[in-house]
Parts: sequence; C-alpha cells; structure tokens
Amino acid sequence: MTETIPQTEGHRWHDMGGGAAGAVPLADHDFALWEKRVDALMILCSAKGHFTVDGLRRVLEDMPPSSFEELSYYERWIASISQNLVEAGVLTTFEIGERMSAIQERGLTYGDASDG
Amino acid sequence: MPHDHHDHLSPSGHPFRADNDHPLSYWQALEIAVRELLIEKGVTTAAEIAGQIDAMDNRTPANGAAVVALAWTDPDFRAALQHDASMATAEMGFDIGPMKLIAVENTAELHNIVVCTLCSCYPRNLLGLPPDWYKSRAYRSRTVREPRRVLAEFGVTLPEATHIRVHDSTADMRYIVIPARPKGTDGWSKKDLADLVTRDSMVGTGLPKSPDALV
Repeated sequence: MTETIPQTEGHRWHDMGGGAAGAVPLADHDFALWEKRVDALMILCSAKGHFTVDGLRRVLEDMPPSSFEELSYYERWIASISQNLVEAGVLTTFEIGERMSAIQERGLTYGDASDG
Repeated sequence: MPHDHHDHLSPSGHPFRADNDHPLSYWQALEIAVRELLIEKGVTTAAEIAGQIDAMDNRTPANGAAVVALAWTDPDFRAALQHDASMATAEMGFDIGPMKLIAVENTAELHNIVVCTLCSCYPRNLLGLPPDWYKSRAYRSRTVREPRRVLAEFGVTLPEATHIRVHDSTADMRYIVIPARPKGTDGWSKKDLADLVTRDSMVGTGLPKSPDALV
C-alpha cells in the first residue's frame, strides 16, 4: 500500500506541494458534531496553553504516510490532540483507555455512547 | 450524505443526525473520552465547547464577503487592508488572533489563488472551516505546479495573458483573495456587492457572481 502513495522526493509526506495527483475531488460534506467537537477541543486546549498548533502538527507529521489515506482529517486531529494532552500531563493513556472501554459499552452509535 | 436518510426517522419523526446513526468508531470514542475527561478535570466545560462550536458555525464566507464589499467601496479601508489585514478585519469584528492575515487583490492582469501545501491553513475568521477539496492531496499537490489546470477543474479559465500568483499558507500566515469588482456594479450597496462574493472567489478558485445573477 505504501508504494502507491505519491511522494515528492526529499519531502516528508505532509509536504505535498508539487507532487503528482489526480483531479481535485469537489464533493464536500457537512461537518458532523463529533468533528466540530474535535475542532473545538483543539482551539480550547491551545487557548488554555496546554499545547500549541505546532504540537498538533508535529504529531500529525510524524504519522506514517498511509494515515492520510486511512484516517479522516478529524480522526488524525483527535489522535494528535490526545497525544499532546498525554505529553502535557493533562491526561494519561490509562484513563483514556479505561474511559474508551466504558464508552464502547454504552451503545453502538455515537449518539448512544455520547452523553452530549 | 446527511440528506440520504429520509427513510430512517427517529422516534421524534426527524431524520437521525448523520453522525449519530452510524456504528461508533474508535476515533469517535476517543473524542468522547478526551472531552469527558477534560470536563471532569476542569480544563473546560460542556458549555464552553458548545459555545466554541456556535462561534465556529457563525463564521461563514459572509464575513469575508463583507470585507470584500467594504474594500470595493471604501478606499481608506482598502488601504488599511493592504497595510495590515489582521488589524483591518479585526476592527470589523473578525479577529484572526495572533495570526498574520494578508489580503491579495485580483486585477485585470493578476489572479491570486491560495493553497496550504502542508496541511489546511485557511482564513477561518473570514471563511469558516475549509472545504474538503482544500484539504485534498490533489489540490495541495497540484495548485503550486499547474494552477491553470486546477482552476479549469473549478470552471475558471483565465486569459493566457493573466498572470497567476499562488500563495502557500502556513499555520501563522493566512491569505484572503480580494476578487476584482465586477463591471456594471457602480453605485451598488455594500450588501448587494457582498451577495456577489462567493467563498471560492476569496480562495481564488472562483470568480464573483455576475451582476446579472442578482437582477
């Protein structure tokens, strides 16, 4: 799979300028509530000084190139936000894992599993 | 996609929200976990998150269109915008925060187009959240290499003599295109002018609507 991902020689994967690619996909989508919440968490946590946009980008850019194809935009963002919050000592991996298990027990859909 | 669910009505008789009736994903569970823990630890509150989303929903390309219409009609504002777009737009209530905003003007000879080759940097204070195509590999890769072909895919074909300038955004520096004012709009109100200004015309992938569109 990795060899099918276009890469510009000498650039890291996120540095896409000048690479080859197909037609621009013009379809758009309305952002889902969970995506807006991820965006809001980024803005609030950075405004409160827990990490910076550079911290967000560092984790995104350290992901493997396949992340761009396999994860959506806000999936990458929440992965980076949680990593930054762990590094900042705000959250621990243990409590995140424990809470995720509890959430997955609550229901099969986002609506059922989310209190909000 | 959100409009494909007419046959799946909730008990209240409304369609389920698209994001609420799909199987819970790993990443959605992570979002819920992080959000709940941040609220429990007092880092933020549910109301603060909801308020942030409201503010996000209220930032639409209408903000940018108001800036463009004012630049078209007020020479002092136009000069202020060229001098320091962050400050000029903050004074209209569209604060971009610590980021630098640069307004680039289209003319008969020059067409500007904005991209973020590294990620998705975008003047959110004026245009809202970036559309999916702005974040796509194709747009990010090709706009700096073959902007005329990319423009053609958006239905914009410019004369060969028109110079195209591509601006690559960064986390700290954002661009807004001030499209050329359409001919035949002398004496128009700022509101009518703003109605001609599309989101894509402020990214440079489109042109303003024709004045005939409003007649």
